[in-house]
Amino acid sequence: MSSLNLDAEALYADLLSGVRGLMDADAVLVGIWRGGAWLAERLQRDLQRSGECGVISSALHRDDFGSRGMSASADHTRLPFDVNGKPIVLIDDVLYTGRTIRAVINELYDFGRPARVTLAVLVDRGGRELPIAAAVSAARITLPHGQRLSLARDDAGRFTFEIEERG
Amino acid sequence: MQRNPQLNKSGELIHLLSIDGLPRAVLHQILDTAGTFLSVNDREVKKVPLLRGKSVFNLFFENSTRTRTTFEIAAKRLSADVINLDIARSSAAKGESLLDTIANLSAMHADMFVVRHSESGAPYLIAQHCAPHVHVVNAGDGRHQHPTQGLLDMYTIRHFKHDFTKLTVAIVGDIVHSRVARSDIHALTTLGVPEIRAVGPKTLVPGDLAAMGVRVCHDMKEGIAGADVIIMLRLQNERMSGAMLPSAAEFFKSYGLTPDKLALAKPDAIVMHPGPINRGVEIDSDVADGKQSVILPQVTFGIAVRMAVMSIIAGNSA
Repeated sequence: MSSLNLDAEALYADLLSGVRGLMDADAVLVGIWRGGAWLAERLQRDLQRSGECGVISSALHRDDFGSRGMSASADHTRLPFDVNGKPIVLIDDVLYTGRTIRAVINELYDFGRPARVTLAVLVDRGGRELPIAAAVSAARITLPHGQRLSLARDDAGRFTFEIEERG
Repeated sequence: MQRNPQLNKSGELIHLLSIDGLPRAVLHQILDTAGTFLSVNDREVKKVPLLRGKSVFNLFFENSTRTRTTFEIAAKRLSADVINLDIARSSAAKGESLLDTIANLSAMHADMFVVRHSESGAPYLIAQHCAPHVHVVNAGDGRHQHPTQGLLDMYTIRHFKHDFTKLTVAIVGDIVHSRVARSDIHALTTLGVPEIRAVGPKTLVPGDLAAMGVRVCHDMKEGIAGADVIIMLRLQNERMSGAMLPSAAEFFKSYGLTPDKLALAKPDAIVMHPGPINRGVEIDSDVADGKQSVILPQVTFGIAVRMAVMSIIAGNSA
């Protein structure tokens, strides 16, 4: 169906070097559930940061709650550090409309007032509906609106991309 | 076959009227979602915007402080506007019919009704007659059901005991008048609890409960022996006059939970009670305040469970 050829592992290497440049000594990584959380976990290891990275879910702040209802996977926000005064580097697999990022920033502020929030993504597919931009994106592509792009991880921890047609 | 009025065509919850007939998956969805909301208490901002701009009307045709308050807190933590109506003292007392009351409140743009009524089935009637975008939660109807209490009891049991499929649960006291007992029995059965016991005197625990798959015990010692969970019910004082019981002291002697009787249950058994408790009637103070008592955690969990129910039904359309 798609002629898209995205090598997620090669893009991860680019993301790693981009994120390295964003990380001050006191900065913390926060991955967006689900794909972004996988990426943040691996970045935390590869950047040899101590402790655990944070994980954040958009479920409680989504703007499509009225039409899509309560997400089954809301219970994933885990921020094992005090957010107040911290530089936060948000990590996600795909940046599209920007609505998930808006929701996630609201979620983050429920825990305190960070010093700064930046965003790094594996793929920026355009189509923004909000004034949100990534500081780092390993690839920029364009996809038809009807396609959903997301990260997958196999048992060995290797990343690939999946494309689904939206129903 | 007629569709369960609590579920939409896709099997999603749109009202919470009874635990009877709810699939196990829906019960687990509510309990899982409640876990999320429990963690909201650890945040600096203990509020989420899911019901922002929605109006929740608490319609209590029968008195209740605790249940009404926990529903109010739950709705406010979801950012809803909450309107408390003490119907017992207002329109209904002036002769307005239930459906006229509902029609009037709907004209005030209600999005959700939380209903307590002395008549079994009143929340069903409201759910059938309200606009499609309006959701109804049963906060206790007659002797029929008290589903959010049943769900918070299930949350409490899951929190402390993890797995329902190996448990012995004893429900003790005035089962026949208890909508809590009925909701608990349906929920425990759906969640796969292998042994449910109904314990109490013959006048308060009818033998036909056995048809619900419950083991009926008129002897307290037999009833709580080896139990993992003991749910004590409030002895409703108003029943005492109906010659169903000789006296409160007599009841306490036979069925009151004392440290001696509790010793017959498993050493790690938990003691629950929906409140308000009558110390020295159905439960001894040493047990109510003891280390096996989880009565206060039940209250905390109750808020999270009510947040879960309200957010799930508000997100699904008829």
